Amino acid sequence: MSNKKTADLVFPGQLHQTENGGFLTTKLDDIINWARSNSLWPLVFGTSCCAIEMMSAADAKYDWSRFGFEVARATPRQSDLIIVAGTIVMKMAPVLKRLYDQMPDPKYVIAMGACTISGGPFFYNTYSVVKGVDHIIPVDVYVPGCPPRPEALLHSMLTLQEKIRHEKYFKKEKK
Amino acid sequence: MRGLIEEDYTTKEGEFVINIGPQHPSTHGVLHLKVWLNGETIIKIQPHLGYIHRSIEKMSERLSYRNFIFATSRMDYLAAHINNEACALAVEKGLQIEATPRAKVVRTILSELTRLSSHQLWWASTGLDLGAVTPFFYAFREREAILDIMDETCGARLTQNYMVPGGLMNDIHPNFQKRTKEVLKQIKEKFKEYDDILTGNVIFINRTKGVGYLSKEDALSYGVTGPTARASGLSCDIRKWAPYSAYPSVDFEEILDTEGDSYSRYLIRMKEMKQSVSIIEQLIDNIPEGDFQEKTKNVIKLPKGEFYQRVETPRGELGVYIVSEGMSSPYRIKYRSPNFSNLSVLPTIAKGYKIGDLVAIMATIDLVIPDIDR
Repeated sequence: MSNKKTADLVFPGQLHQTENGGFLTTKLDDIINWARSNSLWPLVFGTSCCAIEMMSAADAKYDWSRFGFEVARATPRQSDLIIVAGTIVMKMAPVLKRLYDQMPDPKYVIAMGACTISGGPFFYNTYSVVKGVDHIIPVDVYVPGCPPRPEALLHSMLTLQEKIRHEKYFKKEKK
Repeated sequence: MRGLIEEDYTTKEGEFVINIGPQHPSTHGVLHLKVWLNGETIIKIQPHLGYIHRSIEKMSERLSYRNFIFATSRMDYLAAHINNEACALAVEKGLQIEATPRAKVVRTILSELTRLSSHQLWWASTGLDLGAVTPFFYAFREREAILDIMDETCGARLTQNYMVPGGLMNDIHPNFQKRTKEVLKQIKEKFKEYDDILTGNVIFINRTKGVGYLSKEDALSYGVTGPTARASGLSCDIRKWAPYSAYPSVDFEEILDTEGDSYSRYLIRMKEMKQSVSIIEQLIDNIPEGDFQEKTKNVIKLPKGEFYQRVETPRGELGVYIVSEGMSSPYRIKYRSPNFSNLSVLPTIAKGYKIGDLVAIMATIDLVIPDIDR
């Protein structure tokens, strides 16, 4: 347990051996964050090019199921992560907002690709592209690239897990 | 606008309307289909477009002749290289130059590699749509090998941006030939796996055979091109009819079928994959030495006039139409995208089939939505 990073990945808490088996002690926040961060279910949402790289991240070579992302859901009601993969245009913006609203809390957003960060290669001289998806929904992690490599997407997912592990639901803030 | 969208069709008793998309896994993007149903039978389909309209054509009017090529990578992203090539060829036509012999052969090899990778993704997604997950992992295994070649030579996996007017942006990587041969060998071995898992699968055949019949007349009148039209017996391969790059020197036959159903469209694409391998094999050892790029001016200005170039993408005929006023950027650009025309026939061929068949029909038409909206 010397390496803090490795310790974060395994179950947070301490095992106390007794004659009849044993018991665990842990903090409520820790165990909730541990469970949430390791079973994020992404929504199958792709509008353009980045969606193909998202598919690549799911294949056997990159394999996002190593980190607990493989249960991709087609309905927002069963997912807690939306990877905005591809350009969002004005006509799509209300649809994306509605999808986000339909997701149960807690929900997270990864903005994948240059288009979702700033409008991407279409940021100037276009009338139809939303210049950054954070105008519509709050974003947790940004991944630059056009399109980002699957490794970059995996890194963003690990970053999101790291972020979730530091959330506090029950701990009272110090005054 | 609302009057246009709300259709003139009034539903009778027992009939109802459902919306498929814009967020639906089987539409492969953000296509919105309004479907009128009687029970499970499709009466009428109306596609709604514009959910990924990025105004690439309008944006190109402000970009230089070197830069507008790269916006087209994002149109049909599964065939980014072929889109780039079409634009480069159109600009070359205006400049009245030709790419160097070396560039021509490399372009053709990369085009066919693109076609292979695109068809593999199509095969994967067709399997997924029809309820088989394994094809996804099989196809992406080979697709990743091809993308590695692209990565090494072009510098990008998906949006290659390797074409410039006059040839290639850089010379090919020293490993290019060796690696391509290795990948071809791997792919050829795996074709049998593809056939074993899906082509002869009884469930798959039942889902696709006799479903979504497209007649030759309909294909012609709707402007359907590519494998979708060739499955109906319409000869429309641009590589044969208007050869470009190194295609005149390659020996290959246009693949045609007369069935016109979903299974036939599936078979055409499977055969095209094998054909692409044979085309690359003919060229890979015969890349001529020499320059990879014809010398062009830094700022390209096309003479006043109109230039049109068409190429064969994995989905059909892509046309690039440039109107030049003699300036350093085009006055107007129009893309004749294959997917738009192929989508237009969907309401006709899906009529009368069940809603479950719609997924099979859409999978075998192989639509890429950003190419429709542009």
